[in-house]
Amino acid sequence: MTLTRRDVEGIAALARLEITEAELPVYVGSLSRILGFVDQLSSAATDGVEPMAHPLENQVQALRNDVITESDHRDRYQGNAPLVAAGLYLVPKVIE
Amino acid sequence: MNPHLMTAAEIGRGLRAGKYTSIEVTRHFLERIDRANKPLNAFVTVTPERAMADAKRADAMIARGDGGPLTGVPLAHKDIFCTDGVLTSCGSRMLSNFIAPYDATVVERLTAAGMVTLGKTNMDEFAMGSSNETSWYGPVRNPWDGTKVPGGSSGGSAAAVAARLAPVATGTDTGGSIRQPAALTGLTGFKPTYGRVSRYGMVAFASSLDQAGVLAQSAEDAALVLGAMAGHDARDSTSVDTPVPDYAASLGRSMKGLRIGIIREFFGEGLEDGTGRAVKTALDGYRAMGATLVELSLPNLPLSVPTYYVVAPAECSSNLSRFDGVRFGHRCAEPRDLMDLYRRSRGEGFGAEVKRRIMTGTYVLSAGYYDAYYLKAQKVRSLINADFKRAFGEVDVLMGPTTPTPAFAIGAKVDDPITMYLNDIYTIGANLAGLPAVSVPCGLVDGLPVGLQIIGPHFAEERLLAAAHAWQLETDWHRKLPPLFA
Repeated sequence: MTLTRRDVEGIAALARLEITEAELPVYVGSLSRILGFVDQLSSAATDGVEPMAHPLENQVQALRNDVITESDHRDRYQGNAPLVAAGLYLVPKVIE
Repeated sequence: MNPHLMTAAEIGRGLRAGKYTSIEVTRHFLERIDRANKPLNAFVTVTPERAMADAKRADAMIARGDGGPLTGVPLAHKDIFCTDGVLTSCGSRMLSNFIAPYDATVVERLTAAGMVTLGKTNMDEFAMGSSNETSWYGPVRNPWDGTKVPGGSSGGSAAAVAARLAPVATGTDTGGSIRQPAALTGLTGFKPTYGRVSRYGMVAFASSLDQAGVLAQSAEDAALVLGAMAGHDARDSTSVDTPVPDYAASLGRSMKGLRIGIIREFFGEGLEDGTGRAVKTALDGYRAMGATLVELSLPNLPLSVPTYYVVAPAECSSNLSRFDGVRFGHRCAEPRDLMDLYRRSRGEGFGAEVKRRIMTGTYVLSAGYYDAYYLKAQKVRSLINADFKRAFGEVDVLMGPTTPTPAFAIGAKVDDPITMYLNDIYTIGANLAGLPAVSVPCGLVDGLPVGLQIIGPHFAEERLLAAAHAWQLETDWHRKLPPLFA
């Protein structure tokens, strides 16, 4: 599996990652190698095998009553935010 | 008083017998950290104020007669566990300004048991690495040889306990991140069954694989700390609601009649000679204790590394999408627009290995490749799981080496991700199947520790701890200290 520069630029855009010009060829090389390495999975016979998403069997999703259990920690949590005003998280203008 | 020459259990017994106070013990370890942390780089943050407050509270608990086996015993937490009011960096520039607003369940429970938090340990960035070289805070050095890696991703916890800067430490294990560094630093590293310990407040990497555990000096210490941190937690929906046994009570079990499976696939090409010899000597030791050894094959196990490097990056690309430069974490300067904010904040905040895994995950989950990579890997994961199930129909535990080689040189494998990934060739299987596993010291090769790995079926923690303890009653490998830190 060999990726092109364009492929990696596309993946980086989907992943919302800025990749510099200098980094790009490094990722083209290492991602191609990783995909080549995991390609050996194609040799495994998996017809009729159920995919496994979770390591434990017979687990049921826990449910709880739909009632409020948390108290308000907004100010504390927003202490970690880069930019807030009036209790809101600020981002660059989205609608002109 | 030399608490650094004692296990956590021994320190606890001395505290309850009134031989010394938690304040004295805590001060002793803080002084050791002061002297030795700089060259090792084991701690990202030391929390002397919190430690002294915890110690004072512990001494009061003991004075009231409320102390348990761990009350007043100091410990270090991997910097992946949220600690209220303390930097929780996860080894990343992305979280280098993140002050956690709450305690992880693991931290909360060990604090409630009276343990004293000394600080937060260095780690591979977002737990992605096998050498502790991907940390934004720089590499950790192996106390046995400062030119070597301590393993990873829980490398800071491993180095801290190996150098006795802390009697015991927490860690997390997604593909071997407790067992591998434990093996490379001469410790007992225990990864419990998936779901046994709450993941609440533990920064997520790969949610179907991540599990918290312990890096300890002995099986007894691992049993005590695991017992205090395990159990159901309503705040983690994958946390399992079954009672936690008294792990310490299981330690005396006999090895007579224990059926041990020797995994053929773990003794092939790539296993360094000295490591193989030390592990085989340990297996003979179990035979001498009355266990029976059966060689068996898990034919799909060699596919565990490629399976992992599809499943784990896929889950990581999804989990790490939360780091957006908006609510917490690193934000780039003067973003042009929202997309620029996302892309530059993430591009600057994440290191090279994390970006590589996010992009691998993004690719294998993308339209057109999902079936060929992600779904295929989940099917092979089923095959590997079935191999383990079959094996546990015949034997009680599986044994083999924890790592193919002892600790390697810092810088030796950073340029080739595949070579680095293959360090975890013996540990990843247990994560894919959600099994408990432990690494115990079983020898030194040219002055560097090597580990024996014991894997059990789901919820067989007691059996593994008993097997590890039986070995430690017969040997003193776990009692050996790095010469510079004795």
